[in-house]
Amino acid sequence: MTTVINVPPSLDENTFEQVLEQLAALPDDAKTLFDARHCKWASPYGLASLLTIGQTRLHIRPTLAVPEADDTASYWARSNFFHFAEDLFDLTGIVPRRSGQKDSQVLLELTPISNTEDVHEVVGRIQERAQQIISKELGIDSKAIVGFAMTLSEVCQNIIEHAGLGGWVMVQTYKWKRRLGRRVVVIAVCDAGMGFRKSLETSGSHSPGDRWDDAAALEAAVIRGVSRFRDPGRGQGLAGVRKYVGRWNGKLSVRSGTARIALVPDWDEDVPLKERMPYFPGSQIQVTIPERVAR
Amino acid sequence: MTTPTNHIDLGTVLRQTLAANLYSNLVTRPTGRAVRTQIELLLKDADRTLTVIDFSHVQMIDFSCADEVIAKLMLTPPAGRETYFVVRGMTDDHWHAIEQVLEHHGLAIIVERGDGVDLLGVLDEGETRAWEALKRRGRASSRQVAADMGAAEPDARDALERMWRRRLIARHDEHFMPVSALS
Repeated sequence: MTTVINVPPSLDENTFEQVLEQLAALPDDAKTLFDARHCKWASPYGLASLLTIGQTRLHIRPTLAVPEADDTASYWARSNFFHFAEDLFDLTGIVPRRSGQKDSQVLLELTPISNTEDVHEVVGRIQERAQQIISKELGIDSKAIVGFAMTLSEVCQNIIEHAGLGGWVMVQTYKWKRRLGRRVVVIAVCDAGMGFRKSLETSGSHSPGDRWDDAAALEAAVIRGVSRFRDPGRGQGLAGVRKYVGRWNGKLSVRSGTARIALVPDWDEDVPLKERMPYFPGSQIQVTIPERVAR
Repeated sequence: MTTPTNHIDLGTVLRQTLAANLYSNLVTRPTGRAVRTQIELLLKDADRTLTVIDFSHVQMIDFSCADEVIAKLMLTPPAGRETYFVVRGMTDDHWHAIEQVLEHHGLAIIVERGDGVDLLGVLDEGETRAWEALKRRGRASSRQVAADMGAAEPDARDALERMWRRRLIARHDEHFMPVSALS
């Protein structure tokens, strides 16, 4: 029997949880159909996470029904989604060909990250386009561009250093009409690897008597800069990301296992820590930097 | 007193380190480790060296790479040898990452500016004042520095010796000097 997993019409960091809730009850070898026919919009986080789901369904290859709306399917194609999805899913429906046309709002299409050279490539490519988008369109000080590239580099390195399995990154700008009424630039980096808890467990850095779960691991890594490596210089990457996000009034959220931690700016109503979420392997990171407005 | 001086163009080392690298970004820990290894190879034969680390052809450096290159070079001196470093061509963009790793480890570095050298990073008040006095004089004993600081000689000596052990200033017999004076 095939279980249909409904992909919400708007697929983002929050609504992606609906997908995971539907998946949570299923065994790993359940036959699944991800029904995205009615999906109209997907954030970089939504697209990258959907790919990582494909990585986790190794026993029986899942099916993905692609969006019916032409503009949605076309956007997914321009974002490279189908290019990677065809290795992970059986695709049904009309899959648009990649036209070679770039989306002006996509700073970086879905790009696989599995080694150091990938990070160099991603950082180099983002610098070429960041000046125009970040400085001119978002009104963010040009000084922020290097910090943005550094942030991108560090979150991508999280995959290489800790996941043990490749992941994807995507960077895009769009207007958040309802929540913010402003444009934002978003980095999404998702993998289905070992996640923060398992990664930190390899170092034995926590005492057996301490509270230890996904939330505790996220607090340790994201807030306290704890790393699985004994090297005292480790853990600075995420600390730097946190500093950068705070400086530009942005938002950082990191999901791993059954928990999600977030640095929440005043313009957002998210909670700093969510626990007992549906389990999903690896780590999923989103960085959101909003447009600057004159005060 | 002659001291061999190395000039390390990080842009060139980066290109030698990464095959087919089109960009001039010092990013990722493995890249930082490889670049540091290249620098350490240059230093292995001399008893005392002054090495200029030149960022002029590096577009950006991230935190991980700054930790691998700058912090580890300053943290792990080769046994039995005096190795001094001066950073050249550093922009505000580079400083953003370097400052964080210096703060993290409690380190400082010598930075070459258009009009001389500066000491940046984590320094206590005594070190800062001793450095200012030493920079003005160029070469001085602890007694001379103490007089300039308006401090007791043991306090000035203590600050100078701490900076010398941190490889931020050089020493010859009873005299101290900025490392730039070695070149």
